[in-house]
Amino acid sequence: MEQLLNYIGQNMEMVYFLILAILLGVEVISNVPAILHTPLMSGANAIHGVVVVGAIIVMLQASPDNYAALTVGFLAVVVGTLNVIGGFVVTDRMLEMFKKKPKKS
Amino acid sequence: MISLNILEISYLIASLTFILGLKMLSHPDSARKGNLLAAAGMGIAVVATLVLYQDFDATKGLNYGLIFLGLVVGTVIGTIMAKKVQMTAMPQMVSFFNGMGGACAALIAIIEFQHHQHLQITGFDGELLVMLLGLLIGSVSFSGSLIAYGKLEGKIKDRVLPMNQAVNMLLLLGIVILIAFQMYAGSDPLMFYILLGVALIYGVLFVMPIGGADMPVVISLLNSFTGMAAAFGGFLYDNKAMLTGGILVGSAGTILTILMCKAMNRSLTNVLLGAFGATAAGAGKSAEGDQTVREISLSDTAVLLSYSQSVVIVPGYGLAVAQAQHICHELEKLLEEKGVEVNYAIHPVAGRMPGHMNVLLAEADVPYERLQEMEEINPRLANTDVVVVIGANDVVNPAAKNDPASPIYGMPILEVDQAKNVIIMKRGMSSGYAGIENELFFYPKTRMLFGDAKNSLQKLAAEVKEV
Repeated sequence: MEQLLNYIGQNMEMVYFLILAILLGVEVISNVPAILHTPLMSGANAIHGVVVVGAIIVMLQASPDNYAALTVGFLAVVVGTLNVIGGFVVTDRMLEMFKKKPKKS
Repeated sequence: MISLNILEISYLIASLTFILGLKMLSHPDSARKGNLLAAAGMGIAVVATLVLYQDFDATKGLNYGLIFLGLVVGTVIGTIMAKKVQMTAMPQMVSFFNGMGGACAALIAIIEFQHHQHLQITGFDGELLVMLLGLLIGSVSFSGSLIAYGKLEGKIKDRVLPMNQAVNMLLLLGIVILIAFQMYAGSDPLMFYILLGVALIYGVLFVMPIGGADMPVVISLLNSFTGMAAAFGGFLYDNKAMLTGGILVGSAGTILTILMCKAMNRSLTNVLLGAFGATAAGAGKSAEGDQTVREISLSDTAVLLSYSQSVVIVPGYGLAVAQAQHICHELEKLLEEKGVEVNYAIHPVAGRMPGHMNVLLAEADVPYERLQEMEEINPRLANTDVVVVIGANDVVNPAAKNDPASPIYGMPILEVDQAKNVIIMKRGMSSGYAGIENELFFYPKTRMLFGDAKNSLQKLAAEVKEV
């Protein structure tokens, strides 16, 4: 227990960061019209693709002869990129359809 | 040192674009820019990591080559998939990409675990905990998302395994033990991989029994899971961009999930424990045998619509499946030429995802102003001459208001039974996604127009032209 408290104490900045970011996330998306729920979910989906940055870091850290790590890391980069690119492109396609059209009278 | 500072600043910029991007995505006017802004921030974070994370090391040519190859392969496949997908298949596409993000987080945890093995750690091992949680949540999100994808594609049928709930609880318990033990006694490769396996199975069994109607909620929840998994990765590397992006999506996704549950008047636990399937069986009795439905012919429908003052169209998943949004818009224009006021009533959970119908109708060039949300349109339904329900069912079921025994009792609905006439376009008398009967079909003011939505609408449009 004491060790756990120490750990939290050492990472206090992180804890603040965590709490503020959670509240920010809640704040940012409340009052969204239902019409935008799907694009919003899709956009958020693309944003968590930032995990690909972690995959790149893994690859940069891996030693060049550790083929197992390189293979798994490569897969991670591929799927992470899929998440990012696919997510943003799909969201853009959805939102493209919402753009205001010149009114025909 | 300077380059590391620039890297940190790049992450700060990326984090800001994520926050602003999400904010802008919440407003119709700025949504598209918001998405592009977040994408730009993502690009900055990726490039900065590649260039600035460490000095270029000539011995790591293979690493760089593989990273570039991975980025290119992912970009090409992702773009092709996202460009080719039908608008109706959007929900499963989101689910698929979400699963990929989860897989990425889990794979990172696997590699980091190998490194971690060689370290001597005394005291509370926060890094190990973060890895285990990243592996767990990433894997659950991966296998769960793929099952959700398969279900929405119709490749996997709803299936409740015997004792599914008990097995799930057991798996959860196993997961807690596997994590707690390693936290107590130190990391153990065998247990790590058992945890991976159990998490993957749990993801499958977690989504398997949940009915198709609840899939949007599940996808949204898995979306926030992947966000958390990304955030755990951020903890591991003390990477602010991953942290902000992950946590934001984690909390925003959770709120979105709750909003969706609210729209269906259900609690999240209720959705997750799959109580729906259990209660729905007992509620089908409201349809007494001697009730009959009245059909209406296409030409009668055309006349009725053409001589109405106001018509409200209620689109549902049937419209999406039949790809009938364009012809529906045609019909709407024809009627408007005749001076009929046509509006669309959009239930928050119509289709398979909130906003699904808006996306589809926007694709067919239906003007934004024509789409009315439930709260706006409900008070006006009593003054509406004809409501045309196209492929929707549960969202107009009056049982939600007047049958406390119904599993959807209390769910806000479009009160189309208030309108003067109701026309239901449907393929047959099957019940809706919730698996319950709809007494609306038996009301005296209701007429049924059976057939495929696209086919019927085409014929109907032709008839309206003739009137």
